Amino acid sequence: MSTNGRPRTTAEKIWDNHVVAERPGAPSLIYIDLHLCHEVTTPQAFSTLRARGLKVRRPDLTVATMDHSTPTTSRELPLLMDPAGSAQLQQLEDNCKEFGIRLYNLKSDKQGIVHVVGPELGMTQPGMTIVCGDSHTATHGAFGALAFGIGTSQVGHVLATQCLLQVPSKPYEIRVDGALRNGVTAKDIILAVIAKIGIGGGTECVFEYTGSAIRALSMEERMTICNMSIEGGARAGLVAPDDTTYQYMAGREFAPKGAGWDAALARWKQLPTDEGAVYAKQLILNADQLEPMITFGTNPGMGIPVSGKIPTPESMVDLQARADLEKALKYMDLQPGRPMAGHPINVVFVGSCTNSRISDLRAAAAIMKGRKVSPTVRMLVVPGSMQVRQQAVAEGLDKIFRDSGAEFREAGCSMCLAMNGDQLEPGEYSVSTSNRNFEGRQGKGGRTFLASPLTAAASAVTGVVTDARSL
Amino acid sequence: MPIPKIQTIESKTVVIPIENIDTDQIIPARFLKTTSMEGLGEGLFCDWRYNADGSPKPDFVLNQPQAKGAEILVAGDNFGCGSSREHAPWALKQYGFKAVISSSFADIFRGNSLKNGLLPVIVPADIHAELLRWPGIQIKIDLASQTVTLPGGRTIEFPIDPFAKHCLLEGVDELGYIQQQEAAIAAYEAKRV
Ligand code: SF4
Repeated sequence: MSTNGRPRTTAEKIWDNHVVAERPGAPSLIYIDLHLCHEVTTPQAFSTLRARGLKVRRPDLTVATMDHSTPTTSRELPLLMDPAGSAQLQQLEDNCKEFGIRLYNLKSDKQGIVHVVGPELGMTQPGMTIVCGDSHTATHGAFGALAFGIGTSQVGHVLATQCLLQVPSKPYEIRVDGALRNGVTAKDIILAVIAKIGIGGGTECVFEYTGSAIRALSMEERMTICNMSIEGGARAGLVAPDDTTYQYMAGREFAPKGAGWDAALARWKQLPTDEGAVYAKQLILNADQLEPMITFGTNPGMGIPVSGKIPTPESMVDLQARADLEKALKYMDLQPGRPMAGHPINVVFVGSCTNSRISDLRAAAAIMKGRKVSPTVRMLVVPGSMQVRQQAVAEGLDKIFRDSGAEFREAGCSMCLAMNGDQLEPGEYSVSTSNRNFEGRQGKGGRTFLASPLTAAASAVTGVVTDARSL
Repeated sequence: MPIPKIQTIESKTVVIPIENIDTDQIIPARFLKTTSMEGLGEGLFCDWRYNADGSPKPDFVLNQPQAKGAEILVAGDNFGCGSSREHAPWALKQYGFKAVISSSFADIFRGNSLKNGLLPVIVPADIHAELLRWPGIQIKIDLASQTVTLPGGRTIEFPIDPFAKHCLLEGVDELGYIQQQEAAIAAYEAKRV
């Protein structure tokens, strides 16, 4: 692609590499390298294909897994308790068979949350365009891919043509310099970012996370950060690939091998943002100053340090913001001005595509080891994939969780969105490692505090919101 | 597939003066187990509309007589944030809304709406504040001229992506439009590594 030698960001380079056609007065036609599917947002798209007599153009670039309405207790279909969920899972099974798509179903040892499975099997690769009918597709951006969520109509477009009509996004640099202090995690970085810019702050943008603190993170930690880009309103979020990326990928099932690897590596090394590339917006944070974070309200932007106090509506100048805070505190039944630490909780959920990888389970297990879940708390540990689960069992983490009184489940989205029966009761409080604290997200009337696996596990032990460093 | 065309929408408004209404509020996850597009209108704003026993909450605006028949929803800033579920615009459409007016929309929701003939109309903050303050007023949205006409006759322009506008006015089917570019797609695939 001709670029006239203009310095470009990683996202711009990937975009340029994927333009199929440009017509005046229309968005660009973009080629998609990897299309991930799950049971909830695909049925109507497959129906459209069937109604029009179309095939899936590139079944080889399409992969499906079961995660959203998937049980985390039993692997047997039909689910007697849930005919609608069973029908949805069965339909994905049928659709994948009819259209020739590889599926990791409930019997597969590779099944799991779509955003955990893609990276761990090496399907997610630098420089790719990746889509899924799911807003947390940004997770894959951790590998230097342009990955974004789409609606069901667009799922149909990609199934049928492998292409999408898209307008380019604005590059937004989020630079985190310095070093994280002990007990402060990737989750705390992204919660701090969203608290700063607000949940609409990244609208029409692609975040690029840069800076020494980001470079120092593992791939799993980078995924946690990119995952929540959508919570900042961005279409996607990414980290330019580096040696950490390549080391993580080497040898994975679908990663290139031999000469193919060398060729891929040469291409990937072209991807980092050029010196002098221009961002439309920028946010700079200092990692040294970050604290463990937790949300108190009903959107992910309502976050404060775990050691902080719940804001008071009177302190807000903007009247609409004040009304929103009042509404959120009413739903959450929280007193303004009171500290978050020490607030009683009922449930702890360690899981979701944000924090359900092996490093997250290790972090939570390190806290639980030799300790007990508070008698007033129910703790659920739900691995992001069956591969993560196997690894956790091999390391004895399952035993640590069970000995502490926590439940250790099969892989799936589970209480992140409460479609599969795992849910909060009305009025209950949870500390969850997931990504959304909207009203009723984890069950009708449930109240969610979002935090890191460390904060979640520490809170499970004490039965109240707890900074893990104080244990 | 025939896509219904949109020209003008004339209706009274219904106002939900809340910012950041997320797709979990528009249509809670438990309604996403459907494999069709039917029946989502009943789930629209379900947890705000109904009590636990299924009875309607009298203080929620959609349960009040003045909301009957309204086709235009006015809502707070950043409407439709959260998940990519297209079930959200499907539910709004099935309930009977043809347009949503706000000061801003979340990206995926806006895209999904345009693909389903639900018009997301972005108005400036001062107009937005007025519309929020006066529920039930009769307004007219004209897509061709990209204008909202208020009761006094005052008109306000709103932005819309020109391609999406063209598709809505002409009933263009996007999938069909992409399929017409088969030659370009095949050429791209031939040189793709
Ligand atoms: S874990 Fe939660 S956020 Fe992630 S894909 Fe599943 S439902 Fe969506």
